[in-house]
Amino acid sequence: MPSSESGAMPAGEAPLLRVEHISLVRGNTVILHDVNLEIERGEIRSILGMNGTGKSTLAAVIMGLSGYEPTGGRIYFEGEDITELPVWERARRGITLAWQEPARFEGLTVEEYLRLSQQFGRNGQLGPAECLSRVGLHPQRYLHRAVDDTLSGGERRRVELAAVLAMHPKLAILDEPDSGIDALSVELIVDVIRTLSRLGSAVLLITHHEEVAAVADRASSLCGGTILKTGDPAAIARFFRNHCQECTHVNKPAADAVAYLG
Amino acid sequence: MSISPQQTQSPTLDEKQPLDALVQSFASAGGDVAVLLDPNTAKLVVHQNRILRVHSVAGVRIEGAETSTGAEARIIVEPGVRLDRPVHLCFGVLPKEGLQEIVSEFEIGEGAYVRFIAHCSFPAAERVKHVMDAKIRLEPGADMEYTETHYHGPWGGVEVLPVAKIYLARGAIYRSVFKLTDGAAGRVHLDYEAFLDEAAVCELEAKVYGKARDHIYVKESIYLNGRGARGLAKTRIVASDECTSEVVGEIVGAAPEARGHVDCIEILKGKRARASAIPRLVVQDERAKLTHEAAIGSVDKKQVETLMARGLDEEQAVEVVVKGLLR
Repeated sequence: MPSSESGAMPAGEAPLLRVEHISLVRGNTVILHDVNLEIERGEIRSILGMNGTGKSTLAAVIMGLSGYEPTGGRIYFEGEDITELPVWERARRGITLAWQEPARFEGLTVEEYLRLSQQFGRNGQLGPAECLSRVGLHPQRYLHRAVDDTLSGGERRRVELAAVLAMHPKLAILDEPDSGIDALSVELIVDVIRTLSRLGSAVLLITHHEEVAAVADRASSLCGGTILKTGDPAAIARFFRNHCQECTHVNKPAADAVAYLG
Repeated sequence: MSISPQQTQSPTLDEKQPLDALVQSFASAGGDVAVLLDPNTAKLVVHQNRILRVHSVAGVRIEGAETSTGAEARIIVEPGVRLDRPVHLCFGVLPKEGLQEIVSEFEIGEGAYVRFIAHCSFPAAERVKHVMDAKIRLEPGADMEYTETHYHGPWGGVEVLPVAKIYLARGAIYRSVFKLTDGAAGRVHLDYEAFLDEAAVCELEAKVYGKARDHIYVKESIYLNGRGARGLAKTRIVASDECTSEVVGEIVGAAPEARGHVDCIEILKGKRARASAIPRLVVQDERAKLTHEAAIGSVDKKQVETLMARGLDEEQAVEVVVKGLLR
């Protein structure tokens, strides 16, 4: 059941992001089906869904990654159609993505990586040291480290969040920043998301951790490549807990779930 | 002409010009000129077959002799000496054409620690051949680092043939980096062999950026002959345009608890560039363990897209990845 969203923006002002009837089909497999999503400026939106429901694919489609060109629908950013724009042009307009498993770079220091992230970002960014502190990494210990295999998975994910902070985007897409990390780090990630919001960035947060999703202003439930419901994070989390975690129908919304949502 | 080890030779008038030019070439490539002039820094400066400067310091003796085609050098570091400042070796051929053959012997005494920084400048080369033939011997517990950086002009007319045989006694440590990333590489044929006794450690690393019709051949061989010896043969090559690249990483594990690893990345930029990698692991003792990893292909898509998601266009993103890899 595709959702139709209408944001609470002032009359005449386009939402920051509008995803309109997006579909992605590969061969006979429907990965995204008629996805509709609107995100307002400064809004934190979480997308809850089990593995394989299309969360990361949706992130890749919005960012414009190669191999994720939608087979139907349009994407608008600040009212302009960006569906055909390459990744870097979307980034220069203010969208960025933090990968679940970020790439590693031989010979590039954390400081250089953060400065690169600032290069095309907005004014009013935080400095590299400040960004590292915000993600719980001591600047003196990390600024000169390489962004390579010598960083642990958790450290690399934190550096990625620091890079997003450094860029100060209008829209940060965070793809499971809480993946495989401890409870303390989950708190820290929630703090970073709040910081981004305070600084004026909207956040599209992809997660399957209820406690992380709770930081959002609104949440959406994704199942079978379709957004089933958007609303209060607690209500969506409840639905997710009651219906999704026992889900046995990957990539196909269950009839009872659809019925539950009315 | 032979030059005695304790002597600091001042350049004569006709030597000053090439010395200045070598220094200038070194500076324009980002080198710190002050270290070449510093009296507390051991150094050897050779232009083609002329020794322009040789300077020893306490604990480090450098002997040089000119030959018809280059120079012979002997560098001796006394046992137990631990040098704070690196020894600088500066070689070059400034004209468009020329031959330089450097035959060298390094003897690093027991427990000594020394770093060498070698600069090789061929800024105008159109037909230049540069041969480095080194024998390096480290006594027990000695520790040596050797970094060789090349500065080539844009014409690609350089033939670079570095050959080294490295002998490591018990517990010795040797690390080398060969770097040719500025200018046109030309034809590179690198062949390093290291022979390790018990608990010795050897890391050989080569980084080359090939362009136009450059041809790059890198062979790094490490023989782990002693118990617990460890070796790493690491290569990073970027081949663009019509460059061809061939890498052979070879490790022989011939002793118990020997550990070796071959690590090769070659990036192709351009449809006509070609690359091959041949890791060769030979285990002669069942308690040795050798591993390898090799990756050949275009720049990793995820790395590029990550940087593009920060606003760099594709060309800028590829350049960042390549420069980092060759740093």
